[in-house]
Amino acid sequence: MRPVSEKGAKEKATMDAVAQLQRQLVDYTASLFHEGYLDDQFNQLRQLQDESNPDFVVEVVTLYFEDSERLLNELTKALQQQSIDFKKVDAQVHQFKGSSSSIGAQRVQKVCIAFRNCCEEQNIEGCNIFLQQVKHEYTLVKSKLETLFKLDQQILAARVDPGSHVIRFLQA
Amino acid sequence: MNVSEKTVRGDGTNNSATRNRVSVLVVDDDPTIRTIHKALLSSMGMEVEVASDGQQAVNLHQMGASYNLVFMDMDMPVMDGLQATRKLRAMGIKTMIVGVTSRNFGSDIQDFLQAGLNYCIVKPLTIEKVTPLIGEVIRNM
Repeated sequence: MRPVSEKGAKEKATMDAVAQLQRQLVDYTASLFHEGYLDDQFNQLRQLQDESNPDFVVEVVTLYFEDSERLLNELTKALQQQSIDFKKVDAQVHQFKGSSSSIGAQRVQKVCIAFRNCCEEQNIEGCNIFLQQVKHEYTLVKSKLETLFKLDQQILAARVDPGSHVIRFLQA
Repeated sequence: MNVSEKTVRGDGTNNSATRNRVSVLVVDDDPTIRTIHKALLSSMGMEVEVASDGQQAVNLHQMGASYNLVFMDMDMPVMDGLQATRKLRAMGIKTMIVGVTSRNFGSDIQDFLQAGLNYCIVKPLTIEKVTPLIGEVIRNM
């Protein structure tokens, strides 16, 4: 049996590391769907990502984060007013529900639905409770998606080996 | 963002419908949704422009733009989807206008349809929802 060269051993170690990261990514992604953080709409986004648009999912989700933070600030201010404009609050929650649904943020979307019921009932206490809940769910899904993107980046980084023979091998 | 991503700043003669590519206007105030819908429709081979409210959609048409298909969100600031649809029809625009909403109430959707829509669908757009609409547009081109 031929001895394994040092170069060969290094290649194998890199491939093993990438394979492990890929398994981690698959398992982590599956858990996000299983736990209800994401729904099939997220898969639709992934299908729109290709060579001509390689960062599409990250770009769209980043847009969602920016817009969500603006909306949550506006909601917080709106519910702090002496005289609450429930129609305005409802419109903002409706918008947040729509954008959350568009990226597949299922749990956020569900809380928004309940939040809107409180707006319709002009229930201040309920609205404040759901504001906290929607902030909590948003923070959770944001953190989960950031972890997902980090895993993706780690896989890309592991593939880009200064010895480009590793890339050729993985592309084969 | 207040300005249509395809400029309303003076170029009124933007892309007209061509025989080969279906031109679409996506009207939605949510930047995430505009981006997703634009990417989806572009991936299906369409030429896509966006506007961030009903007023911009009306302005584009007033400046001479024409499209094969308009996807119109219902709830938007400045001018909502119902008002924009009514205005476009009053201007004589015969383009297929499809309402896009996340609302559940039948009465809201009925009002939107009565404003002059051809169809109304629930957000978000998907290939399955869009394909039959494109088929109808192409048959009528």
